[in-house]
Amino acid sequence: MAMLEVKGLQVYYGVIQALKDISFEVNQGEVIALIGANGAGKTTTLHTLTGLLPAKQGSIVFEGKDITKMPAHKIVEMGIAHVPEGRRVFSQLSVYENLIMGAFTRKDKKEIAENLENVYKRFPRLQERKNQRAGTLSGGEQQMLAMGRALMSNPKMIVMDEPSMGLSPIFVNEIFDIIEKVSASGTTVLLVEQNAKKALSIADRAYVLETGNIVLSGDAKELMNDDSIKKAYLGE
Amino acid sequence: MSFVQFLINGISLGSVYAIIALGYTMVYGIAKMLNFAHGDVIMIGAYTVLTLLTGAGVNPWLAVLIGMVTCTVLGITIEKIAYRPLRNASSSLAVLITAIGVSYFLQNIALLIFGADTKSFINIITLPPVSLAEGQIVLTGTTTVTIIACIIIMTGLTLFVNKTKPGRAMKAVSEDRGAAQLMGVNVNATISLTFAIGSGLAAIAGVLLCSAYPSLTPYTGAMPGIKAFVAAVFGGIGSIPGAMVGGILLGIIEILGKAYISSQVADAIVFAVLIIVLLVKPTGLFGKNIQEKV
Repeated sequence: MAMLEVKGLQVYYGVIQALKDISFEVNQGEVIALIGANGAGKTTTLHTLTGLLPAKQGSIVFEGKDITKMPAHKIVEMGIAHVPEGRRVFSQLSVYENLIMGAFTRKDKKEIAENLENVYKRFPRLQERKNQRAGTLSGGEQQMLAMGRALMSNPKMIVMDEPSMGLSPIFVNEIFDIIEKVSASGTTVLLVEQNAKKALSIADRAYVLETGNIVLSGDAKELMNDDSIKKAYLGE
Repeated sequence: MSFVQFLINGISLGSVYAIIALGYTMVYGIAKMLNFAHGDVIMIGAYTVLTLLTGAGVNPWLAVLIGMVTCTVLGITIEKIAYRPLRNASSSLAVLITAIGVSYFLQNIALLIFGADTKSFINIITLPPVSLAEGQIVLTGTTTVTIIACIIIMTGLTLFVNKTKPGRAMKAVSEDRGAAQLMGVNVNATISLTFAIGSGLAAIAGVLLCSAYPSLTPYTGAMPGIKAFVAAVFGGIGSIPGAMVGGILLGIIEILGKAYISSQVADAIVFAVLIIVLLVKPTGLFGKNIQEKV
């Protein structure tokens, strides 16, 4: 059984239907990419998955448990961490306070300290700036902080929305390196990206979204060589 | 009376405004709404305490404690019944108008239960007055207790917000409700807690206010409520130190205005100050410039 099973998801913004019929699976340990153009429903899918938006139809099952109607703060406790689009770090709080917010659901002080140490090891730059206000960090550093903050909850699955958006090419490479390392350490990754080339290069499998539907899915390497994908998303 | 005496009286009155303004500013910062019924919660707190004292002969400290609990429950209930259903309403006007409605509702409930006649409040502060500078300056027991209460509340609240987990949750919700949810913060519970704290403080403010100005009617809370709102905006709404500084400055301005200009226009001066501050610095003294995220 898959770790995450999404079936027939339909979501509306008022009267406008954003997701028409979204079904996909994520297996333990995989890196899954959701790719598609602006407005295809990628972010909506993630927001529904982590409880920020209500689903009208369909079901979301995580580790055998139906989380479709679960409030967002409970879903974090289930082990899904969401790195939102635009990072959304708490800009008035320090880097350290942001990371501690990430461990909000964790009770064990020792575990939190260990997680913090691991995050600092993974992102030495965050340790250097731990007392700085998050709002004063560069875009790439804020992305690292958003990822570190998500890792502070010790997630089984990390969901990332456009982690490379607005970053310089050097930072983009760095962020993707980190995603691969996070995956290698055993965390399942669900990635939404407009940078389809990069996303496909690190993903195991991928789903292609178009106007609220999944139009294509399969092995990431095969999709990379698919002519229609090349034309529409890889700019070749 | 001397200038220093007026200043002390101003700080004392301002301390009450500051305690009320904390309720306004915290609710605004976290729930992003103006709770115009906040002033009337003060009045309910004062009536509760007075009724316990005169009707049941309860120990004054216990009466204040019960008053706080009553207001806390009232605040949570108001939020749950009147404001929460409108949390995601398309217009923020809906919740503003509801708050004004709740304010009238509380006033009329008080009218129904306690009647329209002015009740004289029993001062429960037994601390003796202190004379300074050969009797030129008198610190009444009420003044001393009010100022000390204000300092304790301010310090306690600052520590709570910065050092405790629910406090950090408040800061997170105030900055980005969605992101806070993604961290595992229960937003509804955090907003309830904010209302609980604000309303509990309102009960204290009610007792302090009525100890200094011992006439209680169903409308007693309305004017101090509005002035505390002015204080919160003056200091920068959403900011805890702002509410404190705004409240105290407002109290000083009001008392000095009454003493040296005219007691009739003192309130007008208070609102004029608000208008001037907003013209010069729209975010208030401690207000943060809101940066639009790209």
